[in-house]
Amino acid sequence: MATKAIVGEKVGMTQVWDEEHRAVPVTVLKVAPARIVQVKTPEREGYAALQVTWGVRRASTLTKPEQGHYAKAGVEPGRRLVELRIDDISGYEVGQQLTAEILAPGERVDVTAVSKGKGFAGGMKRHNFKGQGAGHGNHKKHRAPGSIGACATPARVFKGTRMAGRMGGTQVTTMNLQVVAADPERELILVKGAVPGPRGAVVVLRDTVKGPATTNGRPA
Amino acid sequence: MNPTDIVDRDSLRDDVPVFRPGDTVKVHVRVVEGNRERIQVFQGAVIRRQGTGVRETFTVRKVSFGVGVERTFPVHSPVISRIERITEGAVRRAKLYYLRDRVGKAAKIKEKRSVRPS
Repeated sequence: MATKAIVGEKVGMTQVWDEEHRAVPVTVLKVAPARIVQVKTPEREGYAALQVTWGVRRASTLTKPEQGHYAKAGVEPGRRLVELRIDDISGYEVGQQLTAEILAPGERVDVTAVSKGKGFAGGMKRHNFKGQGAGHGNHKKHRAPGSIGACATPARVFKGTRMAGRMGGTQVTTMNLQVVAADPERELILVKGAVPGPRGAVVVLRDTVKGPATTNGRPA
Repeated sequence: MNPTDIVDRDSLRDDVPVFRPGDTVKVHVRVVEGNRERIQVFQGAVIRRQGTGVRETFTVRKVSFGVGVERTFPVHSPVISRIERITEGAVRRAKLYYLRDRVGKAAKIKEKRSVRPS
């Protein structure tokens, strides 16, 4: 599991220049200071995690149980409660703040968010099917999946056969992204490459479970 | 205004001169050879400007030893040490792709004549 984690919001994508004057595509993430509301321990809850919140929220929009939960922790209510599972919770205490400082440029992170909803999508978009040809007498079947099974045996379509259906709107993790910049002052983290979700999406950054990236066995 | 502008501001240059398609420019490019850096000049006509903000690019066309050479630079790229505008061109469109099909005198861009003070 992760040794450190933080929650942020996706701002959008842009590019920055690196030392060799190359353009690097980056996703800008707004990482407001996260306040620890509860520290979950293996002894009490059965697993180690930090429950955090960030931003501001009017107390009148909270339910009574939520109000009580925040009041017990003595923490200002925030946008949402998010749980960050990490290995070692020693050193963390309720009320403590997590900022963009915990990440440094060059570090690798896994970024989790809910992907953009694509609605009811066909096989080509959803499963990367090839579709069918444009010519040779094809009529109104250019994006159709083709055969979905055999005939009298088995006389049914196997379960799990890939077909059209709802796509997106599910939790997706993009792994092993490089942190390009971490700016605690402006509460920003720049991550190289794309991150799931629309602008404004809540994203969780965790230090990666993967090794450093390589190209053909050499370090990238 | 885009939400990412707060990040882009750091990447923008403030020393970009005014130039538009049709102008002849000298682009001073930083070239790194080993651990030495020197300046190479690419002079030609601007045939296109495209995009906005940090992503804005421009294309310079020149004819070198009878071969047309086009090079596209990001306007705000740190590779460029300096952009110099030599002449202002009198052109009537934003994308001067028609120059690619022309050679010799036909490929020449007329210089803009400023209004004569009377």
